[in-house]
Amino acid sequence: MLKAKGLSAGYGRIQVLHGVELELKKGEVVALLGRNGAGKSTLLKTLIGLLPARSGEVLLEDRPITELPAYRRAQLGIGYVPEERRIFPELSVRENLELAARPGGPWTIERVYELFPRLAEIEHRSGGYLSGGEQQMLTLARTLVTNPRLLLLDEPTEGLAPILVKAIAETVAELKAQGMPILLAEQNLAFTAGLADRGYVLETGEVRLKGPMRELVKDPRVKELLAL
Amino acid sequence: MELDLGFFVQQFLTGLATASTLFLLAVGLSLIFGALGIVNFAHGSFYMLGAYLLYWVARGDPEGLWWGMAVVVAIGLVLGALVERIFLRPVYPRPEHHQILLTYALLLVIEDGVKILFGSAYKSLGPPSALAMPVWILGAPFPAYYLVQILLAAAVAVLLWLFLKRTRVGLWIRAVTQDREMLEALGVPVPRLLTGVFALGIALAVLGGAATLPMQTVSPGVAVEAVISAFIVVVVGGLGSIWGSLLGAFLIGEIQAFGVMIWPEFSIAFVYLLMAVVLLVRPWGLLGRPPVVRT
Repeated sequence: MLKAKGLSAGYGRIQVLHGVELELKKGEVVALLGRNGAGKSTLLKTLIGLLPARSGEVLLEDRPITELPAYRRAQLGIGYVPEERRIFPELSVRENLELAARPGGPWTIERVYELFPRLAEIEHRSGGYLSGGEQQMLTLARTLVTNPRLLLLDEPTEGLAPILVKAIAETVAELKAQGMPILLAEQNLAFTAGLADRGYVLETGEVRLKGPMRELVKDPRVKELLAL
Repeated sequence: MELDLGFFVQQFLTGLATASTLFLLAVGLSLIFGALGIVNFAHGSFYMLGAYLLYWVARGDPEGLWWGMAVVVAIGLVLGALVERIFLRPVYPRPEHHQILLTYALLLVIEDGVKILFGSAYKSLGPPSALAMPVWILGAPFPAYYLVQILLAAAVAVLLWLFLKRTRVGLWIRAVTQDREMLEALGVPVPRLLTGVFALGIALAVLGGAATLPMQTVSPGVAVEAVISAFIVVVVGGLGSIWGSLLGAFLIGEIQAFGVMIWPEFSIAFVYLLMAVVLLVRPWGLLGRPPVVRT
């Protein structure tokens, strides 16, 4: 469904990604593993178009989208959930959802309130006054109401308490059960082990290992690459 | 000096009329800075251009004011959109001083363009006949046209507030000031949105300039005076805040109106004094936001 072919990207004079090959197929959850600085976030930003590709291609259902601006890619169905959450701090929770909502799929504001009842309780609260967990729910909900056809999830568990990590895992599992393809960038191997079908391990901007998740979790090289 | 209520009200309304012009001028500057992050040095030039365009469109006929203003606002929208697409869009990724140089170049180009097209002489257009006679308020005469300016600015303030608060595009404009990239990643056509905001800001400046023509003459020098006034308003009120522009314009208009009564030769000094105090006490402006340290 989404493919990266020989993708390279970077910031200024620093090249971060070096010819990444990756594929996300319909209905699967794919883990993108790697340490801090391995290039996970850079890859997701290049896939959504916030960072231009220096070479290589991004394909959405075999259509090249490398030259399209980020908003066109989002309109075509790529849902991006950033690591920093990036809630609009001066807008209310509801406004954060309203600005993103796009018809054309099952996700409405009411529907994400069912998924995250906490958001309905605080819908008038300003985005700048949310806890880490609330921010994570809101950033995910905000992308869902755009009715994406696939999700790029960047470290959704970062900085969250274990109980919240569990709640996010349940949500991801629920989305997976509904057939949503997800590319899940994580350092947390245990979190992805139960969710992902396949995985890629990045190091210094290159894919070092890839394979079915059940094999990756047993592979000692994965633990080494993740410095576990 | 005798304290006379009629005179007091007259000064207050005169201050409001000045504030109305300042608001139309400054609110666009503020809106553009908030959304595009660009300090538009040419803002006063578009204000001046508005007055010239009205003079040109109305062909010296004061009765042409109403439809003339509508035409001028439409021209302002188109002009603003073109300037953003052609000149500003390429400089967004560039350092700030490039953007400032570019808008300063626009200021020079517009000034010389106006001199070529209209000459350097003052131009004027009287108020329409229905508004030529003063109205009497508590026994004091007051130019009827000032009331039109006050109503116009009040209407713009209310409509702008409704637009920003109640519409989806307004919500996007509020969001784009906070995180342009994230808004784009959610599928919002940010480039078009920025074109729209710039066009709106320019149209407001053009409207503000055109609306002064029935009371004031216009010359190329108006541009620099206007942009300085606009900067004072946004420094006092807070750059990027609509309500800040309204409050800043109100304070400065009234200080000028009453400063003239207290110390006529130095009424402008009170304005700079206010600006100095605000800069010392609240450098981000009365209703502006203090700079946030990102974590």
